[in-house]
Order: sequence, then C-alpha cells, then structure tokens
Amino acid sequence: MIKVQLEDFDVGEEYQRLRERTSAGAIVFFVGLVRDMNLDQQVKGLQLEHYPGMTEVQLEKIVVEAKTRWPIQDASIVHRVGDLDVSDQIVFVGVNSAHREASFEACHFIMDYLKTKATFWKKERTLGGDVWLDARESDLKAKDKW
Amino acid sequence: MIIKVLFFARLKEQLGESSISVELVDGSDTNALKETLLARGEQWLALNDEAILMAVNQNHLSQVVTLNNGDEVAFFPPVTGG
Repeated sequence: MIKVQLEDFDVGEEYQRLRERTSAGAIVFFVGLVRDMNLDQQVKGLQLEHYPGMTEVQLEKIVVEAKTRWPIQDASIVHRVGDLDVSDQIVFVGVNSAHREASFEACHFIMDYLKTKATFWKKERTLGGDVWLDARESDLKAKDKW
Repeated sequence: MIIKVLFFARLKEQLGESSISVELVDGSDTNALKETLLARGEQWLALNDEAILMAVNQNHLSQVVTLNNGDEVAFFPPVTGG
C-alpha cells in the first residue's frame, strides 16, 4: 500500500497491516524521522513538497521492482508531506516475506530508490533561514549499489 | 498544441510559477519546449542548470521525446525525500 499524506502515521497499525499476511515469516520496517541537525545547521523543522500523482506512481514502480528482485509478499510505503517538526516521522517502509533476508534487502532497496526516484523535496527551517536541501552524492551511490 | 508545464520546489520559487500552459507547434519535442521557456526571460535560464530534471506525463525523462497536445511536462531539482 502506498500513501502520501499530511497526517502522521501509526507504526503499530502499519506493522499490523503487514502482519495480516498469514504466510509471512518476517517483517522488516524502517521509519525515517526529522533530524535536529543537518550539515552543522540547527534544524527547526521541514517543509516537504511532492508532485501529486507522479510521486505515487514512482513509489508503486519501486515496489514492483522490489517484488521482481526478492520473494517478498507485500510492501507498504507511507510518506508524509507538508510541515514537519524535529523528531516527527517522515517515512515508513515495511516489507514482509517468508524469510528475513528478502525483507531486509527489499526494505533497504526501497528506501535507497525512494530517496533518488520519488518526487519529494525538502526545505529545512533553520536558524539561518529556510533552505532547500540538495540531493546527496551518497544517496545516489547508495542507489547504484543495487 | 497546448502543453501543461509544472515546476517544483526551488525552481517553482525561482520562476514564481507552479503551472503554466505553453502553446507549441505540433510535433515539437521536449527540447523545443525548453527553448521556448528559456526565451521567456532571464530568470528562466534556471532551467539550463544541468541538475534540473524533467518528467513527461509523470515519467522521468531519459531522452528527448516528441510531445503531444495535452501532455504534462514537469521541471524540478533532484529529489530529496525519505
């Protein structure tokens, strides 16, 4: 299930949804939070923008790609947009599979791909003003290893 | 033909536009669209930044493609989600 939403999400509910698949022997999930520091700047919060429509399509494609690479049963992505504060939840990626290895790898893959393919943009509120974040070389390298 | 053009994030702020309609000669491609936009004025040179990405009908663009009436083309900086 793919969700792009303003509202916060409940990790317990997302986990439970993945758990309802009876033959799954493993669930791996990742939760991303808003950090209070980035590049030595004190961060007060984030504004997250997305491309409605395209973002959801790209996330679906990433899940389909993960399913072709690993024997996973299901995957969920919840990504928030709008104004977020420090320590708020930004993203949930969860995967279930018969055995743990596929879930670990597919979850990692989905996150790395999401960071370089899905049309989201972060603008940080810092003490020095609002700044758009630049894409990181390290994120591109992380994606290329898959 | 009419093309719907969208701008996001930093680019949207630089251009002061989030969505415009552009009229092009039938059979024009994505390069022709970009040239037309660049001709609109100095701030539009922001589109020439090689980091700027394009999508056509919500798919990442990897090569020049011919556009059709009603297509949706987006210009945006590298993505920073997650």
